[in-house]
Amino acid sequence: MAQRSIREYDGKSILYAALGYPLEGLLADASTDWTKAAKEHPWLKSKKLVAKPDQCFGKRGKNNLLLLDASLEQVQKFVKDNAGKKATVGKVNGILTHFLIEPFVPHKTEYYVAFQTEAEKDVVLFSTEGGIDIEDNWDKVQKIEVPVLDAAPSLNLPVKDKAEKKLVEEFILKVFQAFKDNDFAFLELNPFTIVDGKAVILGSVARLDDTAAFKGKWDVEFPAPFGRELSKEEQYIKSLDEKTGASLKLTVLNPKGKVWTLVAGGGASVIYADTLVDLGKGSEMANYGEYSGNPNDEETYLYAKTVLDLMVKGGGKVLLIGGGIANFTDVAKTFKGIIQALEEQAPALKKAGVKIFVRRGGPNYEKGLELMRNLGQKTGIPIQVYGPETHMTKIVPMALTELKA
Amino acid sequence: MPLFTKETTAIIYGMQAAAVQRMLDFDWMCGRKMPSVAAIVNPSSSEITTAFFGSKQILIPVFKTTQEAYAKTKADVFINFASFRSAYDTTDEALDLPFSTLVVIAEGVPERSARLLAAKAKKLGKILIGPATVGGIGAGTFKIGNSGGTPEAMIAAKLHRPGSVGFVSKSGGMSNELFNVIGNTTNGICEGIAIGGDAFPGTSLLDHVLRFEADPAVKMIVVLGELGGTDEYRIAEALAAKKVKKPMVAWVTGTCATVFPTEVQFGHAGAKSGSDKESAQAKNDALRKAGAHVPKSYDDFGELIHKVFVEKVGPVPKESVQPQPLPAEYKDALGKNKVRRPASIVSSISDDRGEDVLYNKVPLTTLLNEGAGVGDIIAALWFKKKLPKFASEFMEMTLKITADHGPAVSGAHNAIVASRAGKDLVSSLCSGLLTIGPRFGGAIDDAARYWQAAVKEGKTPKQFIDQMKEQNVLIPGIGHRIKSVSNPDARVAALKAYAQKHFKSRKHLDFALGVEALTTQKKGNLILNVDGCIAALFLDLFDSCPEFTDEEKDQLIQIGVLNAFFALGRSIGIIGHAIDQKRLQQPLYRHAWDDVLYL
Repeated sequence: MAQRSIREYDGKSILYAALGYPLEGLLADASTDWTKAAKEHPWLKSKKLVAKPDQCFGKRGKNNLLLLDASLEQVQKFVKDNAGKKATVGKVNGILTHFLIEPFVPHKTEYYVAFQTEAEKDVVLFSTEGGIDIEDNWDKVQKIEVPVLDAAPSLNLPVKDKAEKKLVEEFILKVFQAFKDNDFAFLELNPFTIVDGKAVILGSVARLDDTAAFKGKWDVEFPAPFGRELSKEEQYIKSLDEKTGASLKLTVLNPKGKVWTLVAGGGASVIYADTLVDLGKGSEMANYGEYSGNPNDEETYLYAKTVLDLMVKGGGKVLLIGGGIANFTDVAKTFKGIIQALEEQAPALKKAGVKIFVRRGGPNYEKGLELMRNLGQKTGIPIQVYGPETHMTKIVPMALTELKA
Repeated sequence: MPLFTKETTAIIYGMQAAAVQRMLDFDWMCGRKMPSVAAIVNPSSSEITTAFFGSKQILIPVFKTTQEAYAKTKADVFINFASFRSAYDTTDEALDLPFSTLVVIAEGVPERSARLLAAKAKKLGKILIGPATVGGIGAGTFKIGNSGGTPEAMIAAKLHRPGSVGFVSKSGGMSNELFNVIGNTTNGICEGIAIGGDAFPGTSLLDHVLRFEADPAVKMIVVLGELGGTDEYRIAEALAAKKVKKPMVAWVTGTCATVFPTEVQFGHAGAKSGSDKESAQAKNDALRKAGAHVPKSYDDFGELIHKVFVEKVGPVPKESVQPQPLPAEYKDALGKNKVRRPASIVSSISDDRGEDVLYNKVPLTTLLNEGAGVGDIIAALWFKKKLPKFASEFMEMTLKITADHGPAVSGAHNAIVASRAGKDLVSSLCSGLLTIGPRFGGAIDDAARYWQAAVKEGKTPKQFIDQMKEQNVLIPGIGHRIKSVSNPDARVAALKAYAQKHFKSRKHLDFALGVEALTTQKKGNLILNVDGCIAALFLDLFDSCPEFTDEEKDQLIQIGVLNAFFALGRSIGIIGHAIDQKRLQQPLYRHAWDDVLYL
């Protein structure tokens, strides 16, 4: 997979574990048992609190979603009032569900530090003027580049107080090490401050590289991006994808779209989508998706079944079963699963007047294409079948002609 | 600089028989003198493996470590099929060896691991391709793993001989598609590399573009980029700065992303929509502005490649190099009805190809459901028949009766000696079975032949005995060491009783009893023994079952099938003796020398 955003709570948990002191924080939602929580986290009652949504979006202060210097009762009310509520952040609408509760930390200085990855180096960004206006003060941000193979950099940060300078530098080096050790892809602490000789992270944003999950250093849930709740079907394909060595991806773009795709290959799938958009039918594109890495026929069956069910429900008219010339994926085998799903949905597809266009090449493709032709004869669904001699995207204009007719 | 020549060899990490075979098939089609796979590394086993080079089967050495494989082969390329879990460690180790090019196939290698490998490779001046790639190909010289697909696809894309187009893409799947497009719109691929779909590939598109620029064999460059990342801008900069002067046709996929309502993670980890600067449109525009030939859409890519090739490089020549013909894979050819071969083995009693094993064409589960006994299974597998119950029960009775005859007879004795010598159960059984022959347990067939001939020829018992005497042959099936008229053999009595009750025909038994009546007059122990009785009764059983034709009966007697009942039945007892000796922990048997007459 790739870089994925994680909750502030999870990011802080990983960092504090590396720093060696406990995180005072609670991830709350509508179902939180506050009596139990107060017992497990005594600071909830003994300290003044901060509460904010924890759903991978920022600018919470500016969006009036930040509760400061509050009592536990006020926090409870804040969570109760906001949980399940719609919120608009930037252009995105989403439902608020998760909240991070932490002690309120009165502080003077707000430092900013961020860590980014580039191909050949890590980039550390630092400013003594962090906080919500960091973007307005971007010219004061110091940039330190650390080549991938280099050891930790020696820092000389513009912090005036000597004792605090040492604390800040030590803290940043520790966090940088944790950043590398835990396969973070991005980390921003804004702000952090020093209280009683100890660094405290007030706000943070983090992305983890989820391919590193196998190392077992953390076990976090990756929430869907805010405002992009996964549908039941997308969630299902995602869970299939996580279980297999092959790749299965599905994003529903427009459930009422007329054009559906079952495309093999990460590269080819993008090109089919491009071609639809180029030909002016982007709005009719119902889904983006791909299967690759030699999935077995049960996996392609489940994948195709999910897409076809959606297609039948949404009133789709044409189905593109596309792909390039495979390197090692057995075309006949992957088609077997797709054909099984097509057979099951054949009556509904026929009733809806669906037309199918196939283009594929690679190992065993002749047999795969023949299976598709046979399916057409058997079910009476119009299927046009093409091999590698036909340009990969030629079936797209063909299908769109059918759409007009 | 080209990465590969016809002499390039590789070490494959991981047991990838199919990929190895495809590499060797490519080698053969290209007319390489030696196979490109020098060795395989498999940490869990160092068994040798074989593959075909043309029609010749060759040995591919397997080593447990990359170090050892390198030391023995001095290969140039390391192709790593290790999983995402171990790809980092294995590649890191290989980087320390003198490989010039390393390829990481695994998808899902953590980004930091990939960046560390890339940085180390760069520092050492090595080419690292991947992770998350199928690899690439040097047309006519060397193929990485599964790149280029099947031999048919490689021929269709004319990869068996070098052309003049350097091609680089992120996508492995699309690289094969483009090999085909380029192979059929230009004079073909010179070298084609898929750098992999991850965010941080070991080498960038630009790295390979610069190599193509420096390689005099490359006359034109084709780039297939992808949304996400800034690699294509660096190519645009190189074009603008005239660091790349060869004609370039480029296309960045992912123009669809702008119409998507939300951010979509495409199939490749590095293909992330969201940032305007990293969008496909912006990158296509930048490349166009810098002087690359960029089509309106992917649909026009092939035509534009052709047009630029003709304008800038020259006309597409007529194909002149044919691939060295590759022998068809027997299984594939058979599937396509292209070969035939007489079978080496003919078998008519059982078939294990389906879900249920068939005994004489009947599914085993059917036999079991019908309550078939051992006798019915013997009928199916030995006689290819379904026989009436009395017949199968008689066969079972024979097995029970012949199962054992004490530890002193030669079969049991031999098994006991073998078992006590520490031999395993099967060896002990075999040593016992090997004593079965003309003097021990092997009289049934012989007796049957005599009874059958005598009855067929209509001889009286008297005539038969006289004839045997004349020929000076002891009558098989007659006589016992201990048993006699006054001390009859209970086993024979039981068999006779069963036959009286169930057999329609008993003429062979009657004949044998007639012989016995005469021989016992001479001597009390010249009785019809158990072998002779079984022999007579099997002949009667055959006659009692209309399922057997006369020819079949003769053939079975000729084959010697009746001794098989003794061999099978007695196996039960011999196994018992072998087990018994082991259970009793008996020491090695040594015959007492005072029991040997030394001459």
